Amino acid sequence: MDLIKAVESEQLKKDITPFNVGDTVRVYYKVIEGDRERIQPFEGIVIKRSGSGLRETFTVRRVSYGVGVERTFPLHSPRLEKIEVIRRGKVRRAKLYYLRKRVGKAATKIKELME
Amino acid sequence: MKKGILGKKHGMTQIFDEKGEVIPVTVIEAGPCVVVQKKTVEKDGYNAIQVGFGDVSEKKLNKPLLGHFKKAGVSPKRYLREFRLDDISGYEVGTEIKVDIFKPGDRVDVTGISKGKGFAGVIKRYGARRGPMSHGSKYHRRVGSMGATTDPGRTFKGKKMPGRMGSDRVTIQNLEVVKVDPELNLLVVKGSVPGPKGSLLIIRDSVKSK
Repeated sequence: MDLIKAVESEQLKKDITPFNVGDTVRVYYKVIEGDRERIQPFEGIVIKRSGSGLRETFTVRRVSYGVGVERTFPLHSPRLEKIEVIRRGKVRRAKLYYLRKRVGKAATKIKELME
Repeated sequence: MKKGILGKKHGMTQIFDEKGEVIPVTVIEAGPCVVVQKKTVEKDGYNAIQVGFGDVSEKKLNKPLLGHFKKAGVSPKRYLREFRLDDISGYEVGTEIKVDIFKPGDRVDVTGISKGKGFAGVIKRYGARRGPMSHGSKYHRRVGSMGATTDPGRTFKGKKMPGRMGSDRVTIQNLEVVKVDPELNLLVVKGSVPGPKGSLLIIRDSVKSK
């Protein structure tokens, strides 16, 4: 197994902004259009983090014009420029799939975490 | 065949390429191997090198094998395999073969023993389709027709039926080498290779890439 870690360790990012499920984040992701590169921000609630090591991913959900949109990003992708935590959420689940059934205001309602 | 090496499968993971795209890879511990015997046309009827891989304690081998290693002057090895190379002049008994015979971008064929699946039905083994599971159907996962009736009056040879599946020698051709590290004896290829983790793999230059 250590050989697998040796392969992964090269590309592991060390300076990842700590964030948790339930947080509202803005993700800056590099999009390649033809030969041009631009950074596309995506803002929403983190509904899950899964995997470990280089394979770790997280999913951000937002409701855009009444339509739920979810995007999954590889956490260690070189295309992932940065993550900004806008609001820390207080949740009691590891996966917030219940948000998918919520409509309207309730769909984005998560208690704020106060430290 | 120009070159070959033995290795051990360590498992799969994924890495990012220079474009930032995810590629699935298999991590292999390849070599170091050592040439135990050189076979020649004059003596054996064909040209080949016999290669040993993986250390093993002397207790686990019988006397004939120990004698074979002693004659070559190498430490006992767990696996012995032959490579019928085009040119064996560069190899002598005792020559060490390391992963650096391959470089990133090369194409390789990887051979292994696939995972055993036991006695498998025709759906798992050959991808047959099943019958309806409900609506009064009593025909679920069985073999279909055995063939025609009086003419030919028998079931043809090769009819796909249930039986042992897996544990076969399988070769995956034309896999791309992604990464090589001679210090760690590390070989990373794109895609999957046959067999469970820890199993023996035979890695050769690809027959398809010229």
